[in-house]
Amino acid sequence: MTIHTDDGLATYNFAYLDEQTKRMIRRAILKGIAIPGYQVPFASREMPMPYGWGTGGVQVTAAVIGPDDVLKVIDQGADDTTNAVSIRNFFAKVAEVETTTDTATASIIQTRHRIPEEKLKEGQILVYQVPIPEPLRFLEPRETETRKMHALSEYGLMHVKLYEDIAKNGHIATTYAYPVKVEGRYVMDPSPTPKFDNPKMHMSDALQLFGAGREKRIYAIPPHTDVVSLDFEDYPFEVQTFVEPCALCAAHGVYLDEVILDDKGGRMFVCSDTDHCEKRREGGHRGHLAGDARETAQ
Amino acid sequence: MTDQPLLCVNGVSKFYGNRIGCQDVGLELWLGEVLAIVGESGSGKTTLLNCISTRLPPTAGTVSYRMRDGQMRDLYRMGEAERRFLMRTDWGFVHQNPADGLRMSVSAGANVGERLMAVGERHYGNIRETAEDWLGRVEIGLDRIDDQPRDFSGGMRQRLQIARNLVTVPRLVFMDEPTGGLDVSVQARLLDLLRGLVNDLGLAVVVVTHDLAVARLLSHRIMVMKDGAVVETGLTDRVLDDPREPYTQLLVSSILQV
Repeated sequence: MTIHTDDGLATYNFAYLDEQTKRMIRRAILKGIAIPGYQVPFASREMPMPYGWGTGGVQVTAAVIGPDDVLKVIDQGADDTTNAVSIRNFFAKVAEVETTTDTATASIIQTRHRIPEEKLKEGQILVYQVPIPEPLRFLEPRETETRKMHALSEYGLMHVKLYEDIAKNGHIATTYAYPVKVEGRYVMDPSPTPKFDNPKMHMSDALQLFGAGREKRIYAIPPHTDVVSLDFEDYPFEVQTFVEPCALCAAHGVYLDEVILDDKGGRMFVCSDTDHCEKRREGGHRGHLAGDARETAQ
Repeated sequence: MTDQPLLCVNGVSKFYGNRIGCQDVGLELWLGEVLAIVGESGSGKTTLLNCISTRLPPTAGTVSYRMRDGQMRDLYRMGEAERRFLMRTDWGFVHQNPADGLRMSVSAGANVGERLMAVGERHYGNIRETAEDWLGRVEIGLDRIDDQPRDFSGGMRQRLQIARNLVTVPRLVFMDEPTGGLDVSVQARLLDLLRGLVNDLGLAVVVVTHDLAVARLLSHRIMVMKDGAVVETGLTDRVLDDPREPYTQLLVSSILQV
């Protein structure tokens, strides 16, 4: 299936990548699903965007997307930032798929560093953009050695990092890219999502795929898989908590972004997941700054 | 229990192409015994040490080790996982350059605690307590527990490396020039410390050194190597006081007298 553009300049295969490439990526994905948490090497392609913009995630999405899929792309939880908009437009153009910002109607959600607040359902695929897939990278610089450590499940070093955190800060200060153990075997970097999202990966109904374009690695968490965040017995894993609710939709128990309002120390905390926040406001929830924000905008 | 040697090396040879690393070396080591391997630079001491400690596969020969369950096992017939487990629990390896044996960018406490975490210790308080205990035993102040080894002096680094290796109470420790690069007074303190620890813990030690004084102070038995072959073995005092082979006589007479 090819996609013709009306300017007549370029003709793409469906979803930009050629069929052989997609097949190669699908094989890597299947292997990743068969061995949860294991980093499968794949022949990452050049994509029409720079490394660091989600070339890994885009290739995974391109390999799994079909004409009937509905795509949602988020960037730090938001549907309306540059990265999210451009990747959504990219697939609207090269695969002519329907796009959405609604978490529930999307069949594929490509994400840069958040998991939507709304619980994901069976049949949905969450595609992560991963900058550094190797959780042991900054502890053990030799790639030959880290592969061996994964193979022999020698993960004592991962706890050395957490030990350092406690020794320096009195608590585990790692807040993002918090290492997890998948299905009791592989230690995995959940990409730089806040650790707030780690519990959502555990026993998720949705399929979770991770693509690292520059590092040429794909890994996966199949639905209903055990995902445990590493910790110490006397310093158990904890997620971030927020004192205030969202300033726009008054939601508690969600991940909030801090927004600076002026140069006099004014600031507000708002939902990082824009879709979730909008839906709550449509549902009549009002935060203490919801009215002001609208007036300011006008 | 002790009627069998802890380590048994048989006909170990290592060739680097046409050049000889070490040739047809055999030795036995019992629990609580300290063996020094001495010789000039290039005599094959370190090659032999690496072959015995499974860091470098020998060209020929076998190395077997008595496991904690009393069984003699050929180290090069073990699976890699088991061998690496053995290396970080029942063995220690003290490098000449502490930077090779330490993680320079994590704190002293974590350096000592790493082996504990590697064998499944998951209680921060216990790990820290053990680290404090071991830092005390190697005479590093407790106020330095959260400092990185890169801020330590050479002698402190070497002591930290020793603590890091001994924390799992190994039975066999390999040392490659443990006092190399340290000044004389620090060497003396380190040797004194090592001798105490070796005695207290009843360790078996293979120490490679070119410094006959280190061999004299630490070891019970000595092995003199030249050009990859063993020229003389025996009790340390006997060999150093009454060397039989011409090469050993040369070596002993080369010690500078102050």
